Amino acid sequence: MRARRTIRVDSVSTAAAARMAPSPAASLAVSDVDGKRELRLAGRLDAYSIAGVWPDARAALDAAPNVPVLIETSRVEYCDGGGIAMLVDLLRQPRRPEAQVSVVGLKPQFQTLLDQFDPAALRAPPKEHAERLHTVAEIGRAALIVGRDLYLQIAFIGETSSALWFAITHPHRVRWKDVWYTCEQVGVNALPIVALISFLLGIILAFQSAVPMRQFGAEIFVADLVGLSILRELGPLMTAILLAGRSGAAFAAEIGTMKVNEELNALTTMGLDPVRFLVVTRILAALLMMPLLVIFADLIGILGGALTMLSFNIPISAFLHEVDSLVDVKDLLAGLAKAPVFAILIAGIGCLRGLQTQTGASAVGISATRAVVSGIILLVVVDGIYAFVYYLLDI
Amino acid sequence: MPAEPIIRVEHFTAGYEGNVLMRDINFSVNRGEVFVILGGSGSGKSTLMKHMIGLYEPMAGAVYIDGDDIVTAEGDARRAILKKIGVMYQSGALFGSMTLLENVRLPLEEYTSLDDDAIDLVAQMKLKLVGLDAFSGHMPSEISGGMQKRAAIARAMALDPTILFLDEPSAGLDPITSAELDLLILRLARSLHITFVIVTHELASIYAVADRVIMLDKRTKGIIAEGDPKVLRDTSDNPWVRQFFRREAAPDTIAETA
Repeated sequence: MRARRTIRVDSVSTAAAARMAPSPAASLAVSDVDGKRELRLAGRLDAYSIAGVWPDARAALDAAPNVPVLIETSRVEYCDGGGIAMLVDLLRQPRRPEAQVSVVGLKPQFQTLLDQFDPAALRAPPKEHAERLHTVAEIGRAALIVGRDLYLQIAFIGETSSALWFAITHPHRVRWKDVWYTCEQVGVNALPIVALISFLLGIILAFQSAVPMRQFGAEIFVADLVGLSILRELGPLMTAILLAGRSGAAFAAEIGTMKVNEELNALTTMGLDPVRFLVVTRILAALLMMPLLVIFADLIGILGGALTMLSFNIPISAFLHEVDSLVDVKDLLAGLAKAPVFAILIAGIGCLRGLQTQTGASAVGISATRAVVSGIILLVVVDGIYAFVYYLLDI
Repeated sequence: MPAEPIIRVEHFTAGYEGNVLMRDINFSVNRGEVFVILGGSGSGKSTLMKHMIGLYEPMAGAVYIDGDDIVTAEGDARRAILKKIGVMYQSGALFGSMTLLENVRLPLEEYTSLDDDAIDLVAQMKLKLVGLDAFSGHMPSEISGGMQKRAAIARAMALDPTILFLDEPSAGLDPITSAELDLLILRLARSLHITFVIVTHELASIYAVADRVIMLDKRTKGIIAEGDPKVLRDTSDNPWVRQFFRREAAPDTIAETA
């Protein structure tokens, strides 16, 4: 043990030393003679050693803007790409004609390296301030981008609807094998996480409301609160958010990878429509699974609430009876009615983002992220619309 | 056999977002020949091919495949053209979630009304043609790069197209595998009379298979040579073309690195 620790400390310290400490072999001396400034460089000029002299040399150069500067290098023993870069940097600084910088005494083999570069061509471009758009132009540009995205989404909705209609009218043309496989991915495999979250939601809702309600001796009404909020709102919404995080992202990544691998091109040149082939199967699977997942989430959420209330001395039968007395089938249906719309939104947006993938590995990640983010934003908007409509219709 | 053009590219201009890659080019591919599109990196060979198979829309011009313009064709007319062509992409582009057999079956399932056993037989025969019948149950990720390309050729041939487009068939393959692929191309071209359009810059392959080549150049944005590759190598009056075929660095590149 001890030996190992010593070795580790040693290796760390030498590695750190190699990285941090400039090699002492590079040196710089500055002197002013006859109205000229002379920088004498000596020793090894390599990527490690120049770190110690480069800033000083630049400072010495900048401190004498009005006199010629001579860089004397006859005692430089070694100079590699790093050293040449430093010399080029000193040479490329914009100076007055009467105060030019020159390098003298460089050994011929290093001079040929230096001659490969034209310092003037490597002059740092004047720092441009990032072009600032006028506020109005900025707003216009942003609106244009949003508008274009909207146009694409509307076009996609149209394309998908016609493909879905085709699938419904020609069920034998649907690739059901792919649909069932996706159902397994979207539905069956999501059961554990949906159960976990809804159970937790039931517990939290019940516990947080039971504590204040107990002060009024009204714990039993927690059952109504849990039942109503889970069936009408939280069950469908949480399931949809989970679907967006699991399957929306997965759809975008799958289709995005296919695009990067030219598989989408292959489909197109076979005359097969990627929307019919990839999007319809996924939307159908989500459409079939989402209502089932919502019912499952509702049950588990209520179970979580009921179990919590046991600790407030309310038996499960009393809890369920209370739920039954106030919560109606209408409430269950109001929640379930959201499921198909949420499913189409999430699966659709996931597929759309996948189809929009640019090239490269990072593009797939971006598509997956965009699928989840825009999926959740749309969920919130649509859920708000549902709430408004339900309020108007008094459902 | 008299040369009868099966593909005609006319007054074709293409590029990205105002940046023109090639301007007003014209050429034709004859039925049954192995036609190779050549050019340095960035000269737009693959782009030209993707336009020829209808993936991109050109800025101007037409691509006639067996008499029909793929640029303007839509719907069923387009599908009719696409049925005549098969494409092998640079990466193979096999569907990763399907076995080789399922990959080859897919176009047959979609376009024919054959029953399952018949489709299986046709697909197996296509795999046999490229020497992969023993691997029909494998996933694309379980076989080597050269095998993936051969499987992609088998899939491209599923509907017996009259024209096969191959994008860089020998890229990333060792010389032996690459030579085997060349033999396969020649065998298919001679025995099944398939017209091949190949994008490549693999010289050995070009000499082995090409009946005729065109060479694209990004500086002139056009075709700088057309004809038999061996003849071009020996007699072209364009020094750049001769150098390409002799695998020498161009004079201006040498000047830049000296």
